[in-house]
Amino acid sequence: MGLLSDPNRRRALIGMLTRLNAPICMICYMAGVAWFMGLAFEPFTLRTYMSENAMGSTMVEERFPAGERALATGREFAAHKKKTGGMPVDWLVRTMQARGLEVYTQRFSRKLPFPDEDKERYMVKGTNVYGILRAPRAPRTEALVLSAPCSPGNENNQAVGILLGLAQYFRSQIYWAKDIIFLVNEHDLIGMQAWLEGYHHTNTTGMDWSPLQGRGGSIQAALSLELSSDVVTSLDLVLEGLNGQLPNLDLANLFYAFCQKIGVLCTTQGKLPRNDWDTTSGYSHAVQTMMLMVLKQASSRPWGDHGLFLRYHIEAASIKGVNSFRPYKTDATTVGRLLEGMYRKLNNLLERLHQSYFFYLMPSLTRFVSIGYYMPAFGLLALILLLRALDLWVQLSSPPTRTTEDACPPLCPLSAPQPASPGVLSILTPLVISHLTGVALYTLPVLSQELAVEHFPVSETEAVVLTAIAIYTAGLALPHNTHRLLAGEGTEQGWKVLKLVAVLYLAVLLGCTALINFSLVFPERGLLVGVNDPGLTLLFAVFFFQELQETPVTLQEGWMLYLSVISQGILDHALYGSLLYPLAALLVYPCWLLFWNILFWK
Amino acid sequence: MLLCLTDGGIALFCVNPTSWQIIVFIYIYIYIYIYIYMGNVHSDKAGQFFNSGHTNNWAVLVCTSRFWFNYRHVANTLSVYRSVKRLGIPDSRIVLMLADDMACNHRNPKPATVFSHKNMELNVYGDDVEVDYRGYEVTVENFLRVLTGRLPASTPRSKRLLSDDRSNILIYLTGHGGNGFLKFQDSEEISNVELADAFEQMWQKRRYNELLFIIDTCQGASMYERFYSPNLMALASSQVGEDSLSHQPDLAIGVHLMDRYTFYLLEFLEDIHPSSTTNMNQLFKVCPKSQCVSTPGHRTDLFLRDPGRVLITDFFGSVRKVEITMETINLSSPMEPLPERINCTVHILYMCINKHIIPTAIIMYYVPRQKLLRDVFPCT
Repeated sequence: MGLLSDPNRRRALIGMLTRLNAPICMICYMAGVAWFMGLAFEPFTLRTYMSENAMGSTMVEERFPAGERALATGREFAAHKKKTGGMPVDWLVRTMQARGLEVYTQRFSRKLPFPDEDKERYMVKGTNVYGILRAPRAPRTEALVLSAPCSPGNENNQAVGILLGLAQYFRSQIYWAKDIIFLVNEHDLIGMQAWLEGYHHTNTTGMDWSPLQGRGGSIQAALSLELSSDVVTSLDLVLEGLNGQLPNLDLANLFYAFCQKIGVLCTTQGKLPRNDWDTTSGYSHAVQTMMLMVLKQASSRPWGDHGLFLRYHIEAASIKGVNSFRPYKTDATTVGRLLEGMYRKLNNLLERLHQSYFFYLMPSLTRFVSIGYYMPAFGLLALILLLRALDLWVQLSSPPTRTTEDACPPLCPLSAPQPASPGVLSILTPLVISHLTGVALYTLPVLSQELAVEHFPVSETEAVVLTAIAIYTAGLALPHNTHRLLAGEGTEQGWKVLKLVAVLYLAVLLGCTALINFSLVFPERGLLVGVNDPGLTLLFAVFFFQELQETPVTLQEGWMLYLSVISQGILDHALYGSLLYPLAALLVYPCWLLFWNILFWK
Repeated sequence: MLLCLTDGGIALFCVNPTSWQIIVFIYIYIYIYIYIYMGNVHSDKAGQFFNSGHTNNWAVLVCTSRFWFNYRHVANTLSVYRSVKRLGIPDSRIVLMLADDMACNHRNPKPATVFSHKNMELNVYGDDVEVDYRGYEVTVENFLRVLTGRLPASTPRSKRLLSDDRSNILIYLTGHGGNGFLKFQDSEEISNVELADAFEQMWQKRRYNELLFIIDTCQGASMYERFYSPNLMALASSQVGEDSLSHQPDLAIGVHLMDRYTFYLLEFLEDIHPSSTTNMNQLFKVCPKSQCVSTPGHRTDLFLRDPGRVLITDFFGSVRKVEITMETINLSSPMEPLPERINCTVHILYMCINKHIIPTAIIMYYVPRQKLLRDVFPCT
């Protein structure tokens, strides 16, 4: 007979499971953690390589000559920006038209749910300006986008300058097979969201924008440029987008290939590349780079203007110019040449980038770990949950008084009256109350901000954040209160059933999250231990993140950062549809409350 | 002393001359002897006139891959086209099949050109390219129909291979291939068995006299492994298990411009002119492993003549043989009824059909051409 259908063997298996449950779970947990940490070890990773045949090698001749002129244009842009106190729309339109592009503008406006203290905005009104370079001989079916944000102050002027310089150079070439759209967006992500929604005729976030008058074809790839200095020492590639989405790895490979060809220092996560993978410090460097990527992905926010393109299945990345204290500087002409090379190669594409990986982690720019390699780490953790659930199931379905194994499980309400088995109602109550608290956490902070401002001397943002924390802490007190309401629920079986339900719920939740945004799994796994609550995990994550970026913060600053992270999370959800806040409030928090309930069952 | 003028040992007349007359006679004799000798040479040459057996040349040049990064396959085919045209085969005898248009591709920085040497030295597209099958018309079915002649009645002449049993055909294929197959257009393949069967069909329908098959793909030698029809010679750019490599990377255009084997083949052909006497053995030496990295191969076991006596221009050029003769040759009437002793092992189709209807299945014997000629014109 088969392994599972033979009753003797089954009993033996189940016996082993119940006996060895704790050790197996411990081993799985250690294995999972070790696997994850081992991902950054260089022999376990693969070297990056170009998968797309059409892009081929870096066999192009880059001839962009006008770096200095681009910088002069950037300075002009800065002057006009200062004069108009915002986006110099007219000057941009005139300049782009002078370069032979078809220029259009788009107005947009948005009222944030509460003021954004980081960027100091509440009622946002702006204009995007974009110029389309039509391919001289091709039909208008495909497009590429190059964008630079119009930032307040002295930032990103050189980026706009290079954008305009490249526009002029590209206009005189005849080998473009796709339209190229040069976009200058105002209010960074909000402007980009408005433009993308207008381009694709969707309206998912309730923004108000004027329709786009001019359009290219479907966008195949996009690059966003951020450059705030005349010379750079390195170029940083930012890949993480909204909801932890990443562009196709071929885009990163293309960038790296050109960096090598032209001889520019290229980094990812701001970390310089190292060769000493076999030393401890080299390994920890790789781990740090990978953890930064995981944390950035877990935050579900777009880390560059490119982040919003990914939702429309457009491969996009941001290139940031970094000017630090290194002797070797790269000038604007070289940066222009790198971009020219990349665009010529993207021009050769016949289909969207799809040959390389969409899910990966990068311990460095030359090494990557694909989903097939990092999923087993999650698999081991999910296994723990399943083993625990199985153990509880066995305990529940074969208590010492029973002799048969196929007794009715305790959740069926029409079973024979058993004084020790609780009904459905006892399970439902904690579930419903937890989820209601979750819903409260999701909706109340934003809704009740006026109320809070009336009664307390705080600003709207602080009101929202503190309300959230208040609701969260109130939830902690729930078990004590609910027990008073439901008498006689402190039974042995009761908490086991609840735990079974909670464990299965967590397993399903982790599974779904792993599919959407793998990096979110790892903070959530703290719930496995049962004592790491989401709030503390977030606080810890904030401090850890700052450590990794080599800018450690004091407790005070850390706390302020923590508050701003919460407010940004709520804002991201309202503005761009980020899933972290609803996930945390509606699913993770109730799940954790269930475990908290179990802890205080007696 | 008796001086006799002989003709083939038969004394015509004999005289008893003086010394003067002796000298004159000697001169006349020498002159007539030389004249007859030349006549023999003429008839030898006239014999040699039909030595190679072909009277017209055709070329079928096929590029099977599309997309911009396969620029080199189109450049390969066009460079062979250029050589073949330069050596005399007219467009009406060339079937050129290009699966994609590189010259007018949007990504071509020099529109209307296809270069075969980097730094844009040689434009093989030229002014007078005539592409017969273009774009999506280049399919396996169309290729096989062209070879076997089974085309719908509406097909124009430029798209047909109107060869006969005296045609020498050059077939050149290039693209992406593997062990035993050649990929057409990224969506279908032709296998070596199909190709061999197509050539057998051509042989049975007497659509060629001799056929030279050149293929420049990865593992090209696998494509000629299965040939079994007579009078086929094949060359390939690489053996089974080897890849054919590309050559000439050009930075301004951004792609590789040629494949190695065809690049060196083109260089070799540039030295051939219509009256050159280079033979096939030199063609086999084109692109040795040191230049090509892959090992080119060839197959001549099905070919009945010695490759050393086969001229390059027998396939690549269209040499119109002209011999000036001073004699008149009486050709007997072609409509003379055949003597009964010639049974149906005669295999010139039209002779038999005039007398009987003979099914094609009987005409399967191969007899060398020289003997054939003497059977038909017994008077020469």
